[in-house]
Amino acid sequence: MSAKPDPLPAELDAWLASQADKDLLRFITCGSVDDGKSTLIGRLLYESHVLFDDQLAALEQDSRRLGTQGGELDFALLVDGLAAEREQGITIDVAYRFFATEHRKFIVADTPGHEQYTRNMVTGASTAELAVILVDARKGVLTQTRRHSYLVSLLGIRRIVLAVNKMDLVDYSEQAFRSIEREYREFAAQIGLSDIVAIPLSALRGDNVIEAAGTMPWYRGPTLMAHLDVVPPPQRGAVRPFRMPVQWVNRPNSEFRGFAGLVAAGSVRVGDPVVALPSGRSSRVARIVCGSKDAAEALAGQSVTLVLEDEIDVSRGDMLAAAASPAAVSDLFEATIVWMSEEPMLPGRPYLLKCGTRMVSATVAPLKHKINVNTLEKLAARQLELNEIGVVNLSTDQPLAFDPYVDNRDTGGFILIDRISNGTVGAGLLHASLRRAQDLHWQTLDIDQTARAAQKNQRACVLWFTGLSGAGKSTIANLVEKRLFGLGRHTYLLDGDNVRHGLCRDLGFTDADRVENIRRVAEVARLMTDAGLIVLVSFISPFRAERALARSLLGPGEFFEIFVDTALAEAERRDPKGLYRKARAGQIRNFTGIDSPYEPPESPEIHLDTRALSSEEAAEAIIQHLRKAAVIDREWVFIP
Amino acid sequence: MSKLSHLSRLEAESIHIMREVVAECAHPVMLYSIGKDSSVMLHLALKAFYPAPLPFPLLHVDTTWKFREMIAFRDATARRLGLQLLVHVNQEGVAMGINPFDHGSAVHTDVMKTQGLKQALDRHGFDAAFGGARRDEEKSRAKERVFSLRSAQHRWDPKRQRPELWRLYNTRLTKGESLRVFPLSNWTELDIWQYIYQEGIEIVPLYFARERPVVERDGALIMVDDERMPLEPGERPQMRKVRFRTLGCYPLTGAIESDAETLPAIIEEMLASRTSERQGRVIDRDGASSMEKKKQEGYF
Repeated sequence: MSAKPDPLPAELDAWLASQADKDLLRFITCGSVDDGKSTLIGRLLYESHVLFDDQLAALEQDSRRLGTQGGELDFALLVDGLAAEREQGITIDVAYRFFATEHRKFIVADTPGHEQYTRNMVTGASTAELAVILVDARKGVLTQTRRHSYLVSLLGIRRIVLAVNKMDLVDYSEQAFRSIEREYREFAAQIGLSDIVAIPLSALRGDNVIEAAGTMPWYRGPTLMAHLDVVPPPQRGAVRPFRMPVQWVNRPNSEFRGFAGLVAAGSVRVGDPVVALPSGRSSRVARIVCGSKDAAEALAGQSVTLVLEDEIDVSRGDMLAAAASPAAVSDLFEATIVWMSEEPMLPGRPYLLKCGTRMVSATVAPLKHKINVNTLEKLAARQLELNEIGVVNLSTDQPLAFDPYVDNRDTGGFILIDRISNGTVGAGLLHASLRRAQDLHWQTLDIDQTARAAQKNQRACVLWFTGLSGAGKSTIANLVEKRLFGLGRHTYLLDGDNVRHGLCRDLGFTDADRVENIRRVAEVARLMTDAGLIVLVSFISPFRAERALARSLLGPGEFFEIFVDTALAEAERRDPKGLYRKARAGQIRNFTGIDSPYEPPESPEIHLDTRALSSEEAAEAIIQHLRKAAVIDREWVFIP
Repeated sequence: MSKLSHLSRLEAESIHIMREVVAECAHPVMLYSIGKDSSVMLHLALKAFYPAPLPFPLLHVDTTWKFREMIAFRDATARRLGLQLLVHVNQEGVAMGINPFDHGSAVHTDVMKTQGLKQALDRHGFDAAFGGARRDEEKSRAKERVFSLRSAQHRWDPKRQRPELWRLYNTRLTKGESLRVFPLSNWTELDIWQYIYQEGIEIVPLYFARERPVVERDGALIMVDDERMPLEPGERPQMRKVRFRTLGCYPLTGAIESDAETLPAIIEEMLASRTSERQGRVIDRDGASSMEKKKQEGYF
């Protein structure tokens, strides 16, 4: 047997102590059947001396009986597990392998590369921190290479090893290797992968797997094993704000009430202020119980039990988070879903959604699009089939505390469970809340103005048209509403004359009645703004005080006073409804401009001079202003 | 910012798995086989739920052919830690006089262990059973899920196993189904020994080398643990310094000759050894893919 025994450490106790500091790195290998992936993993296991004599004897036997290497050791047989797949000669599931180097232990997720096994690759990638992507040096970057890279990138892996295998079959050509590396880097950059180390190797012959190959003197980089041994581990959320989904409430007696969970991000110390989500109740950490001992601090990745200073209501499914930067809470999300079931995913059907430790009911809105994993094209689709990936909006029946998946896998990844079969039918990544507010804590769980407006793709506000009768307010307001309607915005036009037929039918034209008239209209406009609408109010509203009252009912930036400015003489000349004539004749009392004052705005948001502008031009000026003020100009942007 | 060692991460993962089961399953149980993996699993469970007592009982399926030292260790451990211990023996098997000598390892294991386990799970209505199996033990286990779904007949169907992503486990069951849960899935044999060493976990003394009476059969050293062991003509037990790398039914468990009397010595020997621990188990050699077949039938 050629395997060398491990060198025995001289001082075993010292060696054991050093082992306690070993790091753990999880990676995934991606390649198709012919890329030599099983051979590569088999060789890593063989060369790192984790195999025993009896396993090697079995390998020799199997190699003679089933091997494809003419009786020589066929390392692929070490890792091809189930009898069914051994007969088929392909691997059909995710297998986990274990080996160690000087500084690290490794868990390898070994996944097959067939298109129909997107499900397996996504599963393996979900826990991996690095990906080894195998390419056959004779074939170069193939469709499947792109697919594997996309899936790995989607699942948040940023460190890539491009293993260009079978270099022995291209005469160890540097040119062949460089050209593959160049092509891959170009492609990878498009999907956000830049941390790439390319290694030319031959898994079959062992070149550059563990030992540097004499066959490729032009390559001066590390061997695969050497690179895996020293590649810096990812941050693992250590620098992010504290997060811990509560798994279980530990309450053995009235003296102790602790919240057990695995720290998903950041760290927490005794005394730190924390907030429970989604309730928003806050407290401080009184004790950190780790095993049977108390600790001063808990780090990301540790399973601990936290005791809080206050008796606040916390149960399984809640999240404890840093009070200063809590996770977002929402019940409406944009997400990517990978479908894993033979039964298609149907929008509108409720599934169970498990995220962190919380289980809620989720319904998917009609698909935005699905993604062709080979070309990355976005395609229209009504449902998702097995191994398909789509982008959706989904709503949950209860609020969920989460972080975007790119920030944290454990608080942003979820699975979907079929309610009837109880099978795991899908996996997903939460990208963003579709609620607008940045700090969506418990206050914002209720549907508020921002949420309603967000649903309508707009910012709610009031466009308050003021000016003399006959100035053209209603004409312009009407044109503006048409423009907004055409832009897909949700509006409502409150016109002075129309309101007086109903809501204000009991009011006359005395000053008091005019004030009350404006107060009512302002209140209605406020309610409609709260409903998320862009409200156009076309009222003479002659008094500054009432316009100021209306302004005060709304938030900053939500009230646009639009002065439709026309000289009295011009308005009187137009007199579209014959009112000036009647007023001059004394048939109408308290008519603005004739026997009741008009107080022009001192600093309106928009000042329209109707002598210089046509109604269309005036409407256009308003639309331009709204774009500048970001009421309508920017497309809805998801909040990460 | 100190990073977590591999043992800390494995520990945290195992504890997380156990807490998920306790939070989501109605009636869990821990299968306790008395071996070193069971000792580690029990130690992790005590940590996971501290200061609460273990929120589930231990179940030992006793084939009646375990080493006497194992039974003594089992009872002492349960007493010392105040654990609820259930011991189940397949009485039908006992009535039939099933034993490894007359019926062979396959029949003995099936009746006394596999059938016995199913009986016990059915009798108590457990919906989740923790087992100490690891993925590195054997090729067919490399693809086993952490949460392994079993039918009402306790069978394992590869097609019905659920994808396991991130730390999200689906514990939902349809009537009659149950889960076998393996919190040590990602541990290797070396991890287990290092953890026992680091945490000072008590294990059955049979793991340490001592003079013991053995006979050599088919290349394996079998300890004569009691008078039920029928000796072949001319066979005479010899005292040899041996230890066990794995513990099961004494007639089916091969010892290895060793001088390792301490944990560091065991680890040292293991690093130098060229024989995998499962080789000590006679059942693995009953034909190709035998573990896979046993698993489908409901054996762990």
